Amino acid sequence: MAEHALAGLPYTEERAFSMKSHAQTAIRLILLCLLPLTAWAGIGEEGARHLLSRTGFGANPAQIALYAPLGRQQAVDRLLDHAVYSALSAPPAWVNEPFDHPGKPNLTEDEKKALQKERNEHAQELRGWWLEEMRSTPSPLTEKMTLFWHNHFVSGLDKVGVPQLMYQQNVLLRHQALGNFGQLLHAIARDPAMMRYLDTVNNRKGQPNENFAREVMELFTLGEGHYSEQDIREAARAFTGWSLDKDFQFVYRPNQHDNGDKTIFGQQGNFDGDDVLDMLLRKPQTARFVTIKLWKTLVSPTPNEADIQRLSALFYRDNYEIRPLLRAMLLTPAFWQSQGQLIKSPLELTVGTLVTFDLTPPDWRALAGLNRQLGQDVFNPPNVKGWPGGEVWINSATLLTRKQFLDRLSHDAAPIRNNFVKADSQMDEARGREARIQRMIQAGLRPIKLQPDEWTAIYHIRTAADSARLLLAVPPAQPLPEGMSGAQAIAPLLLDPAYQVH
Amino acid sequence: MFQRREFLKAMGAGLLVSVLPNLSYALAPAAYQRLLVLIELKGGNDGLNTVIPYASDDYYRLRPAIGIPRPQVLQLNEQIGLHPAMSSLLPLWQNHQLAVLQGVGYPEPNLSHFRSIEIWETASASNQYLGEGWLTRLFRSQPVPAGFAADGVVLSSQNLGPLDGGARAVVLSNPQDFARQAKLAADQQAGAHSGALSHILKVEGDIRTAANALQQPAMKPAANPADAPTAPPKAAGGFAQAINTLADILQNGTRIAVARITLTGFDTHGNQQPTQARLLGELADGLALLQNRLQAQGRWDDTLVLSYAEFGRRPRENGNRGTDHGTANSHFMLGGRVKGGLYGQTPLLAGVTDGNLPYAIDFRQLYSTVVQDWWGKDARQLFGGHFERLPLLRA
Repeated sequence: MAEHALAGLPYTEERAFSMKSHAQTAIRLILLCLLPLTAWAGIGEEGARHLLSRTGFGANPAQIALYAPLGRQQAVDRLLDHAVYSALSAPPAWVNEPFDHPGKPNLTEDEKKALQKERNEHAQELRGWWLEEMRSTPSPLTEKMTLFWHNHFVSGLDKVGVPQLMYQQNVLLRHQALGNFGQLLHAIARDPAMMRYLDTVNNRKGQPNENFAREVMELFTLGEGHYSEQDIREAARAFTGWSLDKDFQFVYRPNQHDNGDKTIFGQQGNFDGDDVLDMLLRKPQTARFVTIKLWKTLVSPTPNEADIQRLSALFYRDNYEIRPLLRAMLLTPAFWQSQGQLIKSPLELTVGTLVTFDLTPPDWRALAGLNRQLGQDVFNPPNVKGWPGGEVWINSATLLTRKQFLDRLSHDAAPIRNNFVKADSQMDEARGREARIQRMIQAGLRPIKLQPDEWTAIYHIRTAADSARLLLAVPPAQPLPEGMSGAQAIAPLLLDPAYQVH
Repeated sequence: MFQRREFLKAMGAGLLVSVLPNLSYALAPAAYQRLLVLIELKGGNDGLNTVIPYASDDYYRLRPAIGIPRPQVLQLNEQIGLHPAMSSLLPLWQNHQLAVLQGVGYPEPNLSHFRSIEIWETASASNQYLGEGWLTRLFRSQPVPAGFAADGVVLSSQNLGPLDGGARAVVLSNPQDFARQAKLAADQQAGAHSGALSHILKVEGDIRTAANALQQPAMKPAANPADAPTAPPKAAGGFAQAINTLADILQNGTRIAVARITLTGFDTHGNQQPTQARLLGELADGLALLQNRLQAQGRWDDTLVLSYAEFGRRPRENGNRGTDHGTANSHFMLGGRVKGGLYGQTPLLAGVTDGNLPYAIDFRQLYSTVVQDWWGKDARQLFGGHFERLPLLRA
C-alpha cells in the first residue's frame, strides 16, 4: 500500500529519504556548532509553556523547566524525537473481541436493549481510555496530532455504531500521526469505520453513493472550490466495489466495481479508488489545504501567506511527510509570536489543567462527559467536517461550563457547586439527564481537587507573577490584587478570561 | 374555526391588560418587539416527501421505493399534500396561518452541507464568502434595543448560525441554571483586548446582560395550558423541550428579537422513510405546541416562524431507499399574521431523470420580507442586491 500511495508523486520515497538523511546530518553538524549559543539563548519559561501548550495539553512547571533552557530547534527536535506511535494506556479488553453487528436480525426487544446498553458502555470506556492517554502519555504531541487527524478524517460513533471499529481507526491515526499523509489517506479510505461513516459500503456499480467521493475532496484533500460536481460523480464510480465483509473487514468485490471509463479532473480512464486518491495527492492544493488546517490548529487563526506557501511546498516536496512539516511550522517566527492567539479547545482546557496541576481523576468517563458538554465529544464529532474550533468553542453555555469546572477544581466550597445536587423530580426527562451527568462529573472530579499550597511548594512558586507566567499566555484580563502569593493567585488566574486562550 | 381564533385573540388581549400589564411591548406592532423564530432542519430535509405533489405520476416514477402512497398524503389541494406525520399542522393550514413555500433556493446552488448552510446563514451569494451571519449584519446596522436580554437565543445547537460573528446571542438549555452560573462571568469591560481574548470577554458580557434579564422574577403564567380551549399537543422529545424552554423565557417577560431552534437528523442518504417520518412528526407537533403556548401568552400575532435547511434533496431516490443532496426545497412560514396558502412553484417533475430542480423563491426574498415587512427595517444593504419581497404577511 505504501508503494501505491506514493506512486506518481514527484519524488520517490527512496530519494526523499536520502535527501532527508543528508539534511539531518547537516542539521546535526550545525546544531553541534551552535550548541553553546542555543543553550545560552533558551526559549525560557514563557517559550516552553507556549510550545508545550500548543503541541500538547498543558504542562507542569517541571516540564516547562526542562524545555526552558533549550533553543527553539533543540526544543522542537526534542519533542519530535520523543514521539511514540502507540498508546501506553491499556485499551479496554473488549477492543479485540468479536462484536455483534448493529441491526443483527432476529433479536428480541430485550436482547436489542442489552446490546445497545453494552455498546454505550463500551463507547464511554473508549472515550475515557483516550482521555487518560492524553493526560498520561510521555508524547502529548502524538495525541495532539492523533486528535488533529480524528478531526480531519472524521468518523463518528453514532453512525459507525461499533466501538471496536472506532478503536481500530484511532490506532491507525496514531500510527501515522507524524508519519505520511499519503499513506494515511489511502489507509483511511479502506478503514472500516470510515467506510461505514461515509457510505462507501453502499457504493455499488449502477447505484453510486457519492458521500465518500464528495468528502474526500471537500474535507480531506482539496477543499471547497477545487473540484466539480462531475469530478465527484465520476470519483464515486471509481470507488465502487470497495466493501466490507461480514466481519467488517475491507474486501474488494470486482463484480460491484464499475469498469467503465471515468473523467476526473479532465483525465479519462478506468480509474479505481486508489487512482483517485493518487490524483488528489498529485495536486499541490492538497498540501496547501492540510498545511493551512494544521497552522490554524497549532499557530493562529490567520495563516500568513508567505509561510503557508513555503511550508506547503515543503510538505509536497517531501511526499507528504508530516514530521518535517511540523518541524518547519514550529520553527517559524510566527509560531513563537502567537501567544494567546488561539482559544483552547475543551480538551486543551480540561486535560491541560490536569496535566498542569498533576491531577488524575478516578473516573475518566466523567471527564469525557464534561468534554462532550463543552462541545468536544471524542469519537463523535458533530459531523464530517469535525469541530470547527476557534471562537465557535466559546458561547455562553460552554464558557460557563468551562468556568464551573475550573471553579470546582480551584475553589473551596464555592456556592455554585451545591446547585448540582438537585432532585430530579421537578424536571422533565432531558433536564433530569443533564442533572445526572452533572452529578456524575462532580462525583468523578471531586477527589481531584487542586491543592494550591502543595503545588506552589513543590515547584517553588512564590509570587503571583510566577503563577501567572506558568498559567497564562497573556497578562490577566483582570489584574490581580497587590500582595497575593503564588498559591492565592491560582484560583483567580484559572477563572480569568485569559486562561481560556493560549 | 374562525370563531375560536377570534376568541383566543380576545383572550390573549385581555390577559395582556389584566395579568401581564408590563408586556406592553407586545402591543407595539413593529420592529424587534416582534419575534422571529427560525427553525433549522439540519441535514437538508427532503422537501419532496414533505410537501408532496401526490397527483404527479412523475413523483411516483422517480420514487418507486420511498414515495408516500397517495391515500396517506394529507391533501392540501388537488395537487399538493403534506407528509402523513404532519397532521398537527392542519389546523394552522385551515386557519390560513401556514404558508407553504415551494421551490426555495438560490442560483448556482452548493451541495456541500457546510458551505451551503453557510450561504443560508450569512445570506451570501453562492460564490461570496461572508464572515458573519445575516442577523448579525442586520443588528449591527439597525440595533436591537439595549433593554433586550439578547439579540437572539439559540436552542438545541451550539452553533450561532445567522447570529454568528458578533450578535448578542446566548445558547440556552435551562434558563434557571444559566442565571445562576452566570455569576462566574467576569465583571469587566471588553476594552483594549484583541483577538481570541476579546471574543471571550464579549461572551462574558453577553452572559451578564442576559442573566440580568432572565433573573427578573417569574410572572404568573398567562394561563394554565390545560385550561385553554385547545389543549397543547402531546409533544415529546428534544425539539418540544426547546419549544417549551423558549415559551417559558418569553412568559417571563424576557425580550429577544430572534430565537433559533435546530432539529437535527435530516441527512437521510439511506432508509429515509422511518427517520423522516419521526422528524416531521416532531417538527409538526413542536410547531403546534409553539403556536399553542404563544397564543396563550397573547404573542402569537407577534410571532413569525420560518424554517430553513442547507438544501433539499434530489427528486430521484438513490439505491439505498434514501435521497442525495439536492437543490430547491419546500419550507414553511407560519404565525398569527401570516397569509396562509401555497407560494412558489410546485416541482416540475416531468422529464426529470437524475437532475435537480430549479428554484422559484430565492431565500433572500424571504429574509427581505422578514426584515422589511415584519420588523419594518431596511433590508436594502443587507443582501448585496435587490430581492423582491413576497406578500406573506397581513398588516
